Amino acid sequence: MLSRTAENLYWLARYVERAEYLARTIDATLRVTALPAAYIGQTNEWDSALLTAGVAGSFYQQYEEANERNVVDYLSFSADNPSSIRNCIEAARLNSRSVRTALTSEMWDTINSAWIELQEVWSRGTSTREDLAKFLRFVQETSLRFDGSAYRTMLRNDAYWFSRMGLHLERADNTARILDVKYHVLLPEEEHVGGPLDFYQWTSILRSVSALTAYHWVYRETLKPWLIADLLILNDSLPRSLASCYGNLVRNLDQIGVAYGRQGPAQRHARGIRNRLEHSNMNDIFQHGVHEFIQEFISDNSRLGEIITKQYLI
Amino acid sequence: MAVAFDEMNIPGGDLRPAYQELARWLKETPPEALEYRRQEAELLFRRIGITFAVYGDSESTERLIPFDVIPRIMSGREWSLLEKGLKQRVRALNMFLRDIYHGRDILRAEIVPDDLIFQNPVFRPEMNGQQVPHDVYVHIAGIDIVRVDAEDFIVLEDNARTPSGVSYMLENREIMMRLFPDLFARHRVAPVERYPDELLSALRSVAPQSASGEPTVALLTPGVYNSAYYEHSFLADKLGIELVEGRDLIVKNNEVFMRTTEGVKRVDVIYRRVDDDYLDPLTFRPDSALGVPGLMSAYAAGNITLANAVGTGIADDKAIYSYMPDIVKFYLGEEPILKNVQTWRCREPKDLAYVLDNLSELVVKEVHGSGGYGMLIGPAATKATIEAFREKLKREPEGFIAQPTLALSTCPTCTASGLAPRHVDLRPFVLTGSKSTTIVPGGLTRVALKEGSLVVNSSQGGGTKDTWILDE
Repeated sequence: MLSRTAENLYWLARYVERAEYLARTIDATLRVTALPAAYIGQTNEWDSALLTAGVAGSFYQQYEEANERNVVDYLSFSADNPSSIRNCIEAARLNSRSVRTALTSEMWDTINSAWIELQEVWSRGTSTREDLAKFLRFVQETSLRFDGSAYRTMLRNDAYWFSRMGLHLERADNTARILDVKYHVLLPEEEHVGGPLDFYQWTSILRSVSALTAYHWVYRETLKPWLIADLLILNDSLPRSLASCYGNLVRNLDQIGVAYGRQGPAQRHARGIRNRLEHSNMNDIFQHGVHEFIQEFISDNSRLGEIITKQYLI
Repeated sequence: MAVAFDEMNIPGGDLRPAYQELARWLKETPPEALEYRRQEAELLFRRIGITFAVYGDSESTERLIPFDVIPRIMSGREWSLLEKGLKQRVRALNMFLRDIYHGRDILRAEIVPDDLIFQNPVFRPEMNGQQVPHDVYVHIAGIDIVRVDAEDFIVLEDNARTPSGVSYMLENREIMMRLFPDLFARHRVAPVERYPDELLSALRSVAPQSASGEPTVALLTPGVYNSAYYEHSFLADKLGIELVEGRDLIVKNNEVFMRTTEGVKRVDVIYRRVDDDYLDPLTFRPDSALGVPGLMSAYAAGNITLANAVGTGIADDKAIYSYMPDIVKFYLGEEPILKNVQTWRCREPKDLAYVLDNLSELVVKEVHGSGGYGMLIGPAATKATIEAFREKLKREPEGFIAQPTLALSTCPTCTASGLAPRHVDLRPFVLTGSKSTTIVPGGLTRVALKEGSLVVNSSQGGGTKDTWILDE
């Protein structure tokens, strides 16, 4: 397939995934900030939201204060924020338009309808909490529909694999960013003192990767920070965990390698990251430092993005 | 201006045979049902994303072309006459182009004046002596046809460069079949759906000799911001070929390749929807970011077929248009089946004098214009507009031609105040391959939605209709 087509499919999936992640982040932050101050302590959750979205720097060039109104606006609708939900959907549609022939009609319909709907929400505005909640749900549903359409209707060939790679790479990045911002509340067993404040922080983390229910099913335990870290980093049964994303990335890259009869640096690099995740346990990670581990992962992950681009997309 | 020819009603109250069943159906169908389906059609168009862009319109970069749900109907007998005329015309266009870029018999015979060719910016000296496979220059032609009476078909314009609109012909039919299955069941409408197949086999048939047995065809688009982008992606999809942009192609050793995830792959035929000027920055406009550097040298080496060929603009130029009847006679020795609109060439002093005296009656067009831009419709223009145009015309008479204001035929059309006649034209698409010329029965009917308006261009508020050729 054309390199440009592969590139568009890959980024299309990334944009949709990012939009969903932003919607989840806003949603989780709204919930935690709705609690009385005594439950969440002194941290500014809206600041954390900006950090997990990776846009704190550009935000403060425009706004003085990270409060609900400013942050929701910046993450959802701002035209100046290149990764606002609105810009993600705009970019997703532009990408879809340039690769229409590689999309199934269901996928196109999902993106195009979302874009049409976005224009309406955008012109109406979300003045109430209900409007905002509805909008955030709509974004998440769009991502589900897109993902589902891709899964159910695309031919299993390189177009599908490139699209999936975009999804998993973006997803791994998003999960890692939450961990990066919140690592200070994820402490190993022996150090844990367990204030009531942290409970809501943990819930919020799990909610932003839709893993709150999953946690209970996997561990059958009350919320423990080291288990949350384990779930998000190493547990490959959770679709948003780093291990699961890398299991999928390695598989997709192998499928492409088989189809093209050739492996390359992308396959090797992805396998390297996957192997490290497979051979780690939480004790070692805590010993080494969660923060350092995550930072390294984020840079390895973005390195994979560069290698894939060089090997296939240009 | 004469009374327009009504394609449905015969003066005196009778119906033309092709419209009888439609008229019966319209009587049985309440206006609300029609309106409901109109809205449904609009929704479908928007969802499928069948939009076009209007240049210079910052408000909305994507718009829908209004779709009128009442079909335009022609009898099979009418169609076969039209078809014969179209094939004749396109054969002559191809022979003319071959001649202009080779022997130039027609200039020596003094049928067409030299300066109209050599002074013309759309004449491409690069094409002199260049062989094109099977001597086909215009693989895809869109010939704009109007009617003024029951007998004649008149060519308003030949489009021999990158004619667009065929996606509307195909999508309009799809949507009509979805919305009006009952109406279809009551007619025998000739299908149009084989167009993509015919196009693909025409394109493959003109592959260069150096191509492999299974030539690779690609569609070259200027990109998503082009007004006809939807059509480009639609056709690439239906043909099952890659939709490429200039940056996807590279030229190596005078061969054209596309960049793929598996390395580069040779391309043999390019169905290009990029104008000559932008095709190759090394040969034409150096600032073009849409083109492919070196494409023209691969073309000269005979390793790539461009459809349509470079330099076809010289055949559909409005100044050349007025010579078409003579061109047909010169090459084919036949009387032209399709008529031309009477045309005054403002470059000729006698004609100019007449035009200046009768501006308020005439339509004056820019020789190199298209899309209905930059023209004067005398009867509809204000005095001030006419006077301003007169000055323009005097300054540069060779840039204009003039034609009488034609009373384009009308078809029943949905309007805010119920069904009413509106003026229409027709663009059938003529495909020429190595062996044959084919036309799917139908074309794109454009309709001027404003009462009394004669401008059918989509960029100026025109709409479209499905065109039915009855299979009798």
